[in-house]
Amino acid sequence: MIYEIIVGGKPHRLELEKAAGGWECRLDGQPVHIDAVIPRRDVLSLLVDGHSYEIKREQTATDLHMWVGSTRFAVALHDPRSLRARQKDAGDEKGPRKILAPMPGRVVRLLVRENSEVEAGQGIVVVEAMKMQNEIKSPKKGVVKKISATPGAAVNPGDVLAIVE
Amino acid sequence: MFKKILIANRGEIAVRILRACREMGISTVVVYSDVDRAALHVRKSDEAYPIGPAPAAESYLRMDKILDVAKRSGAEAIHPGYGFLSENAKFAQACADAGVKFIGPTPHSMRMMGSKTSARQQMEKAGVPFVPGTSRGLASSEEGEQVAERVGYPVMLKAAAGGGGKGMRLVHTRHELRSALESAQSEAQRSFGDSEVYIEKAIVNPRHIEMQVLADEHGNTVWLGERECSIQRRHQKVLEEAPSPIVDSDMRNRMGEVAVKVAEAANYTNAGTVEFLVDQEKKFYFLEMNTRLQVEHPVTELTTGLDLVHLQIRIAAGEKLPFAQSDVAIRGHAIECRIYAEDPDNNYFPSPGKITVLLQPSGPGIRRDSGMYEGWTVPMDYDPLLAKLIGYASDRQQAIMRLERALYEYFVAGIKTNISLFQRILGDADFQAGKLDTGYLDRLLAKANPAVASFAPKPEIKGLEKIAAIAAGMFAVLDPAAPVNRNGNAQGTGSVPSNWKQKGRAEGLR
Repeated sequence: MIYEIIVGGKPHRLELEKAAGGWECRLDGQPVHIDAVIPRRDVLSLLVDGHSYEIKREQTATDLHMWVGSTRFAVALHDPRSLRARQKDAGDEKGPRKILAPMPGRVVRLLVRENSEVEAGQGIVVVEAMKMQNEIKSPKKGVVKKISATPGAAVNPGDVLAIVE
Repeated sequence: MFKKILIANRGEIAVRILRACREMGISTVVVYSDVDRAALHVRKSDEAYPIGPAPAAESYLRMDKILDVAKRSGAEAIHPGYGFLSENAKFAQACADAGVKFIGPTPHSMRMMGSKTSARQQMEKAGVPFVPGTSRGLASSEEGEQVAERVGYPVMLKAAAGGGGKGMRLVHTRHELRSALESAQSEAQRSFGDSEVYIEKAIVNPRHIEMQVLADEHGNTVWLGERECSIQRRHQKVLEEAPSPIVDSDMRNRMGEVAVKVAEAANYTNAGTVEFLVDQEKKFYFLEMNTRLQVEHPVTELTTGLDLVHLQIRIAAGEKLPFAQSDVAIRGHAIECRIYAEDPDNNYFPSPGKITVLLQPSGPGIRRDSGMYEGWTVPMDYDPLLAKLIGYASDRQQAIMRLERALYEYFVAGIKTNISLFQRILGDADFQAGKLDTGYLDRLLAKANPAVASFAPKPEIKGLEKIAAIAAGMFAVLDPAAPVNRNGNAQGTGSVPSNWKQKGRAEGLR
C-alpha cells in the first residue's frame, strides 16, 4: 500500500507492507518497523522501536485528525492510485464563498439581505444552540449573493447558510 | 426516610442524584423530554416518564407535568438538581401544596435570596459586608448616574433575578450608563421575566470565592469550607477548586461565620452556597446566595469527606445534622474541570452532536460525574455541560498533576469539547502559582495557544508528526471507517464500518 499523507500541511509518502511480527513501513524513503493493533474502533496502538503510542482518530464531516497523546494533527490522506483530485475549499479572496453552519442549531434571524454589501467579519446569520446565540460572520468583503437560511429552521453542520461573492 | 424520590433534572446531575438515592436504598423516578429518551439518567433510573417536547419551557420547566408524575409514581420528595426549577420558589411552594417534599430550602428563603436586591436588603440588616451600591432596582438612568457618582466608576449593572451573566453590564463611564441600563433591563426581562436591575461598585479583578453551608430543620447551620471559582468565562465557571489558594484558616473561619450568619438571617435550610467577591486586599463582600446544590459541590465533598446529596436527602427527611461545626475538617485538595461541548478552535461555540468515541479516565484520586456515553447524541437544546472531571490529592500541586494525567487519558470524538482548555490552564504558570481573578481566563485565552500541551510526551513535535502520518496509513489499512478520499461528502461521522468490508480489505493486503 502506498499513501500520500499530509500532516499539518507537510506531505509525506508512506509505504506499508505486511511483514513477520508487524509491518515494514517506509516513511519518506526511511525504513521503520512497526507493530500496530486496533484495540477498538478509532484507536490505534502503535509500537515503534519499543516506543508505545496510542493514537486516536477523529473524523468530522470535513476533517480528519490524528491525536497522538494530547497533540492533534490535521491529516489528509490519499491513495495515489485513485487519481481523483481533491477539491480544496478555495482559500483565496476571489470568487464566491459559502458560509456553512459550524454546528447543529436553529436559525434565529438574518442580519443582512440578499444583494447587500458586507465587510469581512460582519455578522450574516444568527444561529442558536445550547442556549447561546452565535453570529455567523462573513469570511470576506463582498456582496451577499444568496441567503439559504430561514429563521426558525433547524440546520446541521456543513449546511450552507449564505453565499458571499 | 423517603422510599421514592423524583429527580426533576437531566444530564450529569440527575445521574449523580440517582446514585445517591440508590446508595440509600431509595427508588428513583426521572422525567425526560422528547430528545432525552436515550439520555443516561433515563437509562439508569428505576422509573422514567416523558414530560414533553425538547424546549425546557415545555418539559423540564413544566411544574404541572412534573408534579403530575410525582403523584402518579408515588414519589414523596423531589430533588431539583441545579438550573431548571431548582431556585424557583413557586415550584417549591407548589410541591408543598401538593404534599411532596422539595429537597432544598423553603419557598420563603428562596424568595428572599432569589432576588439579589431583597437579599441585599436582608443582609444589610444582618450586618453582612457587601459591595457598595443600591439594594433596590433602579427607577431611572438618572438615579443610576447618581449612585455611580457616589460609589465611583467602574460600576456593575445586575439583574435582580439574574444568574449566569444574563442582564449584567460593566460600565466604565457616565455616558455608557444609559444604554447599558436599557440593554441590561431588556435582557433581564427576556431571560427572567423581570426587568429589575440594580447597581454595584465594580470590584476590579476580584476573586470569586464561595462558602458551602448546610442547615437542618432544627436550627443547626454549619459551613463546609470555601471553593475558589475565579476561573470563569462569560460569567460561567469553568474550573473550581477547594480550598482556595489564598484562603488561610483564619480567613476561612471568618468567611464561614459570615456565611452561617447569612443563612440564619434567611432561615435557611438544606444545602446552600454563599458567594463572595474578594478584592486584592483579601477583603470579602457578600455577593449572593445560591439556594441549591452547586455544580461544583464535588470539590467540597472530596475535601470534607461528606456526601452533600445524602445529607440533603436526610435533612429533607427531617433528620438532624449528624455532625457539628467542630467535626468539619478540610483535608487535601480537589480541582474540578467542567467538560463542556464547546469548540476551542471556534471561540468556544457550543458543539452538540453524536459522540462517536469516548475514552474516559480513571485511577487514583479521579472522580468523574458524567451524563454522556459513547453513541449518545448531545442535544442542542440544553446547557453544554457534559461531565465534570475532579482530581483529588494530598496537596494542590499533586492534584494539578493528577488532573493533567487524567485529561491526557480523556478523549471525546464526534463533538468538540474544551478538554484542551484545561490542559492549558493547568500548565499555566499563573494558575500554578494560584494567581487568579475573574479576568484570568480571558487573559489566558488572549495569549497565543502553545501548540503542544505541557503533558505531551517528550519527543519533539516533528517526531510526533511522523507518528501521525504512520497512524493515518495504518488506520486506513486496519480500520477503514471512512473512504480514503475525504471531501466531506462521504459517510457521516456516525457511520459504522462494515466488518465484512474491513475483513476483506485486511485479507487483501496479505
